[in-house]
Amino acid sequence: MSESGKDPLFSGKNMKLLSTPLNDENPITVQVLGICSALAVTAMLEPAVVLAIAVVAVMGAANVIISLLRNTIPNRIRIIVQLVVIASLVILVDQILQAFLYDVSRQLSVFVGLIITNCIIMGRLEAFALSNKPWPSFLDGIGNAAGYGWILIVVGFFRELLGSGTLWGYPVMETLGVYNFGYEDNGFMILPPMALITVGVIIWVQRSRNRKLIESK
Amino acid sequence: MKDSNTYIFIYASVMVVVVAAVLSAVSTLLKPYQDLNIEMARKLDILRSIEKAEGVAEADNRNAYIDEEYDKYIVDSYVINHLGEIQEEIDAFGVMVREENRKPVEERNLPVFVGRDEAGEYFIIPVYGRGLWGPVFGYVALEDDYNTIFGVIFDHESETPGLGAEISTAAFENQFKGKKLFDEDNEFVSIQVIKPGTVPLDEHRVDGVSGGTITGRGVDEMLRDTLGAYVEYFRKQKNQES
Repeated sequence: MSESGKDPLFSGKNMKLLSTPLNDENPITVQVLGICSALAVTAMLEPAVVLAIAVVAVMGAANVIISLLRNTIPNRIRIIVQLVVIASLVILVDQILQAFLYDVSRQLSVFVGLIITNCIIMGRLEAFALSNKPWPSFLDGIGNAAGYGWILIVVGFFRELLGSGTLWGYPVMETLGVYNFGYEDNGFMILPPMALITVGVIIWVQRSRNRKLIESK
Repeated sequence: MKDSNTYIFIYASVMVVVVAAVLSAVSTLLKPYQDLNIEMARKLDILRSIEKAEGVAEADNRNAYIDEEYDKYIVDSYVINHLGEIQEEIDAFGVMVREENRKPVEERNLPVFVGRDEAGEYFIIPVYGRGLWGPVFGYVALEDDYNTIFGVIFDHESETPGLGAEISTAAFENQFKGKKLFDEDNEFVSIQVIKPGTVPLDEHRVDGVSGGTITGRGVDEMLRDTLGAYVEYFRKQKNQES
């Protein structure tokens, strides 16, 4: 810990905190955490992107706050403290969405609130922020949230494109004119099970490219 | 020291006070913006129930556009009681159906919004009920026979996306068009939301959403309960016309 304090801000070690969750330690595809919300909000690209941004904001801030407080938090109530920090940040995000992005907040409905129960966040607070300085904790939070977020966005991209034929509400398929050739949107893609299958495909692609993720028998 | 009970108590108390202060400050600051959003959403829903304000997505100034359309098409609004008598001095837009539905029918203030366009007059009734996770609500627009549904708009606070939340999609809402509230004998039968495939559809029934049975039941009860309070008024108006 004392060593990391002397590291330059963007040392290789710090950047690794940011980059490993994107691939080798991805919360969704490798640790299989936070699946619930990944299935639910990805029928359209826009809510997926907004939720990804919201999670990045909450997780970055929560990690920094817990890290700043880490030497004062009594061990016996640390989980409660973590919960209070996460819950307050989520309420802030929710209030801001309601004030400035009303439609999106209605679309996300309960899922903003459910960020609180997103196990990735508590997991990182408990595993990292409680024992590291604010800056590395911040990077770790942003990294993990981004690792979660990019999967959400990829899933949202394919589900909206193939399920509704649109992207961010823009009728892509209609513009391309593929309906004239007998193409039809696949209504299946909008249903939650297809999100699971899409995540499965992403895991498959990732492991075929990144051999060290494959468990030995 | 860090694990002594006194420390833990003080720590927890300070934390709670700080968090409460921050959250209430933010909530107070953002309240005006949120209220404006809610008001605009209500006006938009009223307009959408009679198929107006369809260009809202392209409008440059969304709020101005909604206000303009609202002033153009919503020509009147009033509040009645369960006997169909007009209650003066109550602003229909200010009546919260959420509050009214908790009262017994006799004490409810029942708002009616009157829309008018080239094709005729519409009577728009706000409805409110309970879904699976939270409130469901919306507007029902009746044609000037006080019986045929011209259009409905439903919304919800926290139904599951893809399941119960489907009640606010056009596919579900469009089913209500042309359905009738009264049967041939002039009895109020409301509109039933049924489990798809269990009973044949007729002019008083629509299909529910697969996977959203409880939300559908909520819509069913919402219509029966809220519109039921207006029955005397509808009857009165119908008699006047014929």
